[in-house]
Amino acid sequence: MKLKTLVLAGSAMAFVGTAALAADMTIVSWGGAYSASQNNAYHKPYMEKNAGVNIINDESSAEAVAKLRAMNEAGNITWDLVDVVASDAIRLCDEGLAMEIDPATDLAAAPDGTSAADDFGDLLVSECFIPQIVYSTTFGYRSDVAEWGGKEPADICAVFDTETFPGKRSLEKRPINNVEWALLCDGVPKDEVYSVLETEEGLDRALAKLATIKDDVIWWSAGAETPQLLADKEVVIGSTYNGRLFALIEEQKQPVKMLWDAQVFDLDGWIIPAGLPADRLAQVKDYVKFATDTQRLADQAKYISYGPARKSSAPLVGKHADLGIDMAPHMPTDPNNAKNTFLYNYEWWADYRDDIDAKFQAWLAK
Amino acid sequence: MSDSTADQVLTTQDGKPLKASLAKALRREKLRALALIAPLLIFVLITFVAPIADMLFRSVENGIVADTLPRTVIALQDWDPTSGEAPDEAVFAALHGDMVVAVEAKKHTRLGSRLNYEQSGISSLFRKTGRRIKKMDDATPFKEQFIKADKKWADAEIWQTLKRFSPRYTDGYFLNSVDAHRTSDGIELKPADERIYMLLFGRTLFLSIMITVSCLLLGYPIAFLLAALPLRSSNLLMILVLLPFWTSLLVRTSAWKVLLQQQGVINDFLVWIGLVADADRLVMINNQTGTIIAMTHILLPFMILPLYSVMKTISPTYVRAAKSLGANDWIAFWRVYFPQSVPGIGAGAVLVFILSIGYYITPELVGGTSGIFISNRIAYHISSSLNWGLAAALGTMLLAAVMVLFVVYDRIVGIDNVKLG
Repeated sequence: MKLKTLVLAGSAMAFVGTAALAADMTIVSWGGAYSASQNNAYHKPYMEKNAGVNIINDESSAEAVAKLRAMNEAGNITWDLVDVVASDAIRLCDEGLAMEIDPATDLAAAPDGTSAADDFGDLLVSECFIPQIVYSTTFGYRSDVAEWGGKEPADICAVFDTETFPGKRSLEKRPINNVEWALLCDGVPKDEVYSVLETEEGLDRALAKLATIKDDVIWWSAGAETPQLLADKEVVIGSTYNGRLFALIEEQKQPVKMLWDAQVFDLDGWIIPAGLPADRLAQVKDYVKFATDTQRLADQAKYISYGPARKSSAPLVGKHADLGIDMAPHMPTDPNNAKNTFLYNYEWWADYRDDIDAKFQAWLAK
Repeated sequence: MSDSTADQVLTTQDGKPLKASLAKALRREKLRALALIAPLLIFVLITFVAPIADMLFRSVENGIVADTLPRTVIALQDWDPTSGEAPDEAVFAALHGDMVVAVEAKKHTRLGSRLNYEQSGISSLFRKTGRRIKKMDDATPFKEQFIKADKKWADAEIWQTLKRFSPRYTDGYFLNSVDAHRTSDGIELKPADERIYMLLFGRTLFLSIMITVSCLLLGYPIAFLLAALPLRSSNLLMILVLLPFWTSLLVRTSAWKVLLQQQGVINDFLVWIGLVADADRLVMINNQTGTIIAMTHILLPFMILPLYSVMKTISPTYVRAAKSLGANDWIAFWRVYFPQSVPGIGAGAVLVFILSIGYYITPELVGGTSGIFISNRIAYHISSSLNWGLAAALGTMLLAAVMVLFVVYDRIVGIDNVKLG
C-alpha cells in the first residue's frame, strides 16, 4: 500500500514537473524600470495565483518586430507575449505576425460590467493590440538656466524660440512628433497638421521650421539620452517619454520641470505572436485576461508614471510604491497636464513613414 | 599496330593500367582530405554562406505581388500604364477574386506594406479595402465598388506601381540603394531632397579611411616600442593595449561621451586653464570628430597586434648593419626597417578598415547626424522599417565595395604582402 502510494506520488510529481516545465511563459518587454513595473503589477501576482507558471522575462522589445518576423520565417516562435508600441503592433498585425484578439472574449470586463471594448475605447487601435498604458512624448527643461533671465517655457513653441530660450535642445532622431510640433509652431491649426504634412510643401515647411534650430539640436535615439543630457547640462530643453522625466525629477531630484504642452500621446501594450501552439496560446490568453484587468493596470501606475489604458482604472491610481507621492498629477492623462495634447495618427504614419523618414534622414545628413 | 600500343601501356602488378590506378589512389586521397575537412566545410556552408546567400537573394526577390494577386497580375498585362487611366472592369474583377482569397489568408496587409515602400498610401489602401471586401457584391461593377471603398483605386499611379512591381524579380531595391528609381520615363535619380544612400556610402568610406589612418599613426609607434622593449616591460605595455578589449564596447563609448561633450571633462579642463572661453566650448561629439575619435580608440588594438607580431620578427641586426654602413637613424629606419614592417601595416589596415566599414553601434551613439554610417541605415531597415529587401541591397552594395577595395589593394600592395606574424 505504502509503496503504491509512493509510486503514485512519484509519478504525480513527475507529471507536475513536466506540467511546470510546459508552463514556462516568455514575456518580452522593454527592460529597466518599465519591466520592473510590469513584474510588480502583473507577473508576481499572476505567479502567486498560478504556482505552476514560470514567467521568463526577455528584454527585446526594441528589436521585437524584426525578431518576430525572423521567428515566423523560421517557423519557431519562442515568445509567448510581446510588449510593443501601438505603431509596431499595427505593423505586426499587417504582416500577419500578430494574432487578432476579440475584446469580448479575450479581455476582462470592467468591475462595473462595462465591456472591455468600451472600457479601452478608442485605444484599441489595431485588431491585434491590447493596450496597457498611455504614455506621452513631451519636453522637460532645466529650471536653472541663467541666460533665460527668470523666464520659463510656457508652450511648445519655446523649443523653436532660441532668442528667448537660448541653449541646446534634444530631439528624437526621427520625423515622428518633430514634424508635427514644427508645423504647430509654424501656425498650422492642430486638426490640419496631417493634411498639410501629406503635401510635399507641407513637409518642406516642417523641415524649414526645424532648420531654424538645427544647429542647436542634439538628436537622440534612446529614451535615456535626454534625461542624461539634461542632468549633464548639455541641453536646456529636450523631448523624451514622460516616465523618464518623472524619474529624473522625482527620483533623482534634478532641477528639471515638465512642459506638458502639446504632449503627444502614444500607446504601449501587448500583442500575441501568430502561430502559437494551442496549449501555450491558452496559457497566454489566461495571463492577458488577468494582466490587463482594471486593478492590474491601475497597480502598474504605482511603479511608473504612465497612465492606465482603461477608463475604469483611472480612479484606482494611488501613490507611488517607494516615494509615497500621489501618482495622479504625474499621469500624462491628468486633466491639468492634458490641457493641450496632440494625438498621434497611427494610420497616417503607417502610410507615410517610409517616405517622410527618407526625406527627414536626407535632411539630417546634410 | 593496335596490339603493340596496347602492350606499351604500363600496368601495375595486378594488371590494371598504371594511369588509372594512380588516378584512383589520388582520388581516394582527395576524398579522405575532403572527409577530414567536411565537418568544418558543412558548418561554414550552413552557418555562414547559406544565410548570406539568402539575405543577398532578398535584394531582388519580389514574389509577393504575383503570389498574392495572381489573377490581377495576369489581367494587368493588357493594361497600358501610360494611358493615365485606371484599368477596366476585368482587372477589378480579378482584383476582387484575389483580394477575397488574400483577406481570408490575411495576406493583403502584408502586400500593402511591401508596396508602401514604393508609394506612400498603399498600406492603408489595402487595409481599408480588406475591411470592405466582404461587403462587395456581384450585382454592381467591381470597379465602382472598389472606387467607392477608396477613391485611390481610380488613380492610375497606384496601378502603375502595382504593374511595375508585379514581376517575381525586381531591381527596385538596388535602384533605391543608389538613390534612383524607375519612373514611366525609365530610370531616374530621385529628387535631391531624398538622396541619402550615396552620401552615406561616401561618408562611410571617408570615415573608415580616416579611422584606419589615425589607427596607423597612433598604433605604429606603440607597436615599434612594444617590439623593441625587453620582454618584461613590453608585457606590461601589451596588457595596457589589450585592456580595452576587456571592457564593454558600450562602456567605452559612453566614457567618450563623458569626456568629449560640451560640459565634459576635456572642455571643462580647457575652460579652466583659459584656453577656451566658457561661451564657445568645443563641439567634439555628435559629429564626425566624435565618430573618428571613439572608433579609433576601439579599433586601435586591431592595428597594433598585427604590426607588433610582424615587427617582432624583424631582426635588429639589419638596422645595426645599415648604421654600420653609414646610414643615419632616419635612413636606417625608413630604408631598412620600415619596408620590412609593411606586411604588418597591410594586415592591420585591412583589418581595421573592414571592421570599421560595417560598424554601427558607436556611430549611432556618438556620430550625431554627420558621423553616421551606411550600416546605421541598414540596421534601421532591418529592425524598424522592416524593408529587408532594401537592407539586403544596401548590404550587397557594401559587400561589393569591400571586395572591389580588396582587389585594388591586391593590385597595389599585393595580398601576399600581408602578414599576421
